[in-house]
Amino acid sequence: MSDTLLKVRDLKIGATVYPPGEKPHDIEIVHGVSFDLERGKVLGLIGESGAGKSTIGLASMAYGRGGVKITGGEVWVNGRDILKTSHGDIRKLRGGEVTYVSQSAAASFNPAKKIMDQVVEAAVEQKKFSRKEAEGRARELFAKLGLPDPDNIGDRYPHQVSGGQLQRCMTALALCPEPDLVVFDEPTTALDVTTQIDVLMAIKEAIADTGVAALYITHDLAVVAQVSDDIMVLRMGNTVEYGTTDQIINNPQEEYTQALVSVRSIEHEEKQPTPEPVLSVDGITARYKGLNFDVLHNVNVELHPGQTLAVVGESGSGKSTLARVITGLLPPRDGEINFAGRKLSPDLAGRTREDLRELQMIYQMADVAMNPRQTVGTIIGRPLEFYFNMRGSEKRKRIIELLDEIELGEKFIDRYPAELSGGQKQRVCIARSLAAKPKMIICDEVTSALDPLVADGILKLLLDLQKIEDVAYLFITHDLATVRAISDSIAVMYQGRVVRYGPKSQVLSPPFDDYTDLLLSSVPEMHLGWLEEVVAHRKMESAGN
Amino acid sequence: MKNIPISAIIGLAFTALYFIIAIFAPLLAPYGMAEVVGDVWEPSSSQFWLGTDNIGRDLLSRMIYGGRTTIFIATAATILSFVTGSILGFLAAVLGGWADQVMSRAVDLIMSIPTLIFALVVLAMVPVTVPVLIIVMGLLDSTRVYRLARAVAVDIAVMDYVEAAKLRGEGQVWIIFREILPNALSPLVAELGLRFIFMVLFVSTLSFLGLGVQPPLADWGGIVKENKDGIVYGIGAALYPAVAIATLAISVNLVADWVLNRTTSLKGGRG
Amino acid sequence: MHPIIKLVSQRLALGLLLLFGASALIFGLTEALPGDAAQAVLGQAATPEALANLREEMGLNRPALTRYFEWLGGILQGDLGQSLTNKLDIADSIGNRLGNTLFLAFWAAIVSVPLAIFLGLLAVRYRNRWPDKLISAVTLTTISIPEFLIGYVLVYFVAVKLGMFSPLAMINDSMSFGQKLNSIALPVIVLTLVVLAHMMRMTRAAILNVMQSAYVETAELKGLSNFQVIYRHAFPNAVAPIVNVVMLNLAYLVVGVVVVEVVFVYPGMGQYLVDHVTKRDVPVVLACGVIFAAIYIGLNMIADIVAILANPRLRHPK
Repeated sequence: MSDTLLKVRDLKIGATVYPPGEKPHDIEIVHGVSFDLERGKVLGLIGESGAGKSTIGLASMAYGRGGVKITGGEVWVNGRDILKTSHGDIRKLRGGEVTYVSQSAAASFNPAKKIMDQVVEAAVEQKKFSRKEAEGRARELFAKLGLPDPDNIGDRYPHQVSGGQLQRCMTALALCPEPDLVVFDEPTTALDVTTQIDVLMAIKEAIADTGVAALYITHDLAVVAQVSDDIMVLRMGNTVEYGTTDQIINNPQEEYTQALVSVRSIEHEEKQPTPEPVLSVDGITARYKGLNFDVLHNVNVELHPGQTLAVVGESGSGKSTLARVITGLLPPRDGEINFAGRKLSPDLAGRTREDLRELQMIYQMADVAMNPRQTVGTIIGRPLEFYFNMRGSEKRKRIIELLDEIELGEKFIDRYPAELSGGQKQRVCIARSLAAKPKMIICDEVTSALDPLVADGILKLLLDLQKIEDVAYLFITHDLATVRAISDSIAVMYQGRVVRYGPKSQVLSPPFDDYTDLLLSSVPEMHLGWLEEVVAHRKMESAGN
Repeated sequence: MKNIPISAIIGLAFTALYFIIAIFAPLLAPYGMAEVVGDVWEPSSSQFWLGTDNIGRDLLSRMIYGGRTTIFIATAATILSFVTGSILGFLAAVLGGWADQVMSRAVDLIMSIPTLIFALVVLAMVPVTVPVLIIVMGLLDSTRVYRLARAVAVDIAVMDYVEAAKLRGEGQVWIIFREILPNALSPLVAELGLRFIFMVLFVSTLSFLGLGVQPPLADWGGIVKENKDGIVYGIGAALYPAVAIATLAISVNLVADWVLNRTTSLKGGRG
Repeated sequence: MHPIIKLVSQRLALGLLLLFGASALIFGLTEALPGDAAQAVLGQAATPEALANLREEMGLNRPALTRYFEWLGGILQGDLGQSLTNKLDIADSIGNRLGNTLFLAFWAAIVSVPLAIFLGLLAVRYRNRWPDKLISAVTLTTISIPEFLIGYVLVYFVAVKLGMFSPLAMINDSMSFGQKLNSIALPVIVLTLVVLAHMMRMTRAAILNVMQSAYVETAELKGLSNFQVIYRHAFPNAVAPIVNVVMLNLAYLVVGVVVVEVVFVYPGMGQYLVDHVTKRDVPVVLACGVIFAAIYIGLNMIADIVAILANPRLRHPK
């Protein structure tokens, strides 16, 4: 017998759904999935939301979240089928042989107990170590995972450490009982890229040092390519493709996998600046009411007609605040905004209807950006009515034109937002802003909440529409791949300041400033060994200094 | 309106039945409201379906007229409470600033005194008549509606679609009536049912304490007060209002539950 | 200063402010509304001269603010004034009755609080199965019937038909403790039924909220037993919301007592208040109103303070 730790055969998983106003009924969400995992190896499970990847991960602990039930198949761990074993044996399995790291460590730690108590609990409960031994082990793991003050961090409460640190504590929690298998469920998704790379490296080293096997679940193929030996691509509860990491990344067979690998490979030729910018932001300094520090410090950027300026930064960089200042929702303390050759009033109340029409906005969460009680027709039609006084058949004709432009078509005109998918909702929001015939649209993280392929579709659409409508985009994002795909010029923001600004080719070419270098080098790339290269490069640099 | 669950249909049917009986009480009641037609506490018979009361009036007629009074007062007070509470609540949410502060702190103060105690203090000072009851109950209860309406409106006012409307340049009227109100309606309608039930219980309680509807006018709480002495002799005349109030309250609750569920279905997920 | 001390003292100050405001509101109402004590004594048919004389005699012609502060000062020294109708000292009359009322509320709380928590746990344990549905159906019914009707239904079926317990809850000092308990059995059951429904529903919601949190899942995935999950991880976080629920419902109980006392002719504060409202005896109504409001405000304040104390983020600041 080979050294197979986890063997899954024809796994079927069902869930009970409770649609309001209808009888509850069962549906199948995973339709017969099989794979093997050897000791010490890492298998990546990848797929979009609804692919069933987390559900499969939890099935390896014989656990179903909410109304989820395992309805068929076999799950063998350490030589026995855990779907047929006793209740007591499952308790030995969970926390002893198999442990779990969730996406949100902040929610997964009990707020009322100290970190150390929670990290050693499983190890002590499973009688693997004494409390004292377990604590020693936990401190070692804290140190190995690069946590500050590893000897004392366990005495803190979860809310007293940062998000990235807590995610590492959660990894320590999973590794402490010396399990055979760890299920990592999107462990870095909630983190900023520069934090993600540290946590990712810590996890990878910890896996290598302890020789533990892992199921690594994520929606990001570039991330999983760095840590796993094999990859399984899932879609809507089915296996699309299953192979070694090398094969999946470098030689994908299925069309869907190919699409995932080539995602974010949109090409966009950089345009030359025009003499007259449509928007110029001059020396903006701003703070929120009730705060005693500035969120933006002397920000200067320009956007040219028909072009895209990407404003990129991590959470807290002030990029969304900049959008609020430009729209007039947050009047600045200092500086001015010039738009289409005129000076804009600092607050919303002072702007003309023409100012408002020419400057539109698209939001990150399309489902809360549309009134759930209005149909698509009403949502897109309102700007036509409001700005151009269109009525009746003229308005309807224009709505249908816009629906065609966003590739949805006339049949969507009477639907409500709740009847649309995430990508369709974002398209309707785009149509609403185009209806105003704006000179410029602020796009605030418009693809962040979408699955990669859907996001790609939206970016392509935006680029096409820019050509047709000659509209300028101020594109706010934390995702550098999106920036590369869509921008003509880039402003990198850090702690409320623009640290680097210029045409795309210039901003993305060396020599870099420290922050841009860190940011650029932290974005996972879709090739094997990237993580090691970056870490080695950084070590060399710090040794050189 | 498809897919109405069976519980909601039952609730709607009973609620409608009670309102119809209340409206057509004079046509439906076999005897007059204050008409003495038999002996004291006669048992139920083909002549008096529910028997007679403590001074020999037909109990069925008393119950029908009593329902009319109770439902009328509760409905009027609910409307008053809703109109006052929701208008002030929406205003507070939209205006914000000191207007919101003043109204909200005043409501906090009124709600720091239990409603029944507050009502008793007021009713000790003024003569108890039907309009006074409606005003006292309606205004006291409007504090709860105010809090709900304000909370709902504040929640909606921070939504991106409201911001989008502001950025479009829409006026306050459009924002309140087209963006906020349609989305605030469902939770408010569900609450309407609960407030109505509370009003039925409240007016019955006041009447039972002798501080609500005054005799000879019949109402459900008053019928209990009039007939309570029979209970120790094993005469259950005072218990009929319990059945009436409970079935009405449960029916309205079922309808309110359904309305609330419909709200959540609109908010969450895809059809 | 530790943030918790700051928050708790703020909440205490707010409680005192509310108490002061409530007393002013109650006093102000009796001033603003038509009719006054003199009118109440003499009735609607009194001649204007008689009214004016009596007002002079009772000191009602002095400014309202002066009388308010005199009244408030009196309360703070335990002087609640004199009843209009029987000229007895209100504090004396209330003393004994307040004790009786608290006795009744205390036993109702002793029965209903553990029962509500137990039923809440049961409903969560068997969520969406028949025990949960049965409990929710029964509680929906008891919420839908006013207290006094539950009282009479019980009197009719338990006291009259079955001959158990007394339909009237008379108690006096000469009774033994056991006799007293037997005497208040029915009112205690009524009060329990009334608050049980609310308390149980809120407890169920509070526990469900905690049980559905991610850290409880983490605990389950550590291979802990159900008991350990609940005892170690759910309980420490559920305590605060449950205490909060209990306090809010005890506040509700205080009001329920008023009606139940009338049903069972129980010699407590509620009965006393209702009697004197009917007689339009303003000083008694004022005194009782302020006492009920004070208890209500106090319990709500305790609920908030418990929530502050139990919050780990506040207890262990960064």
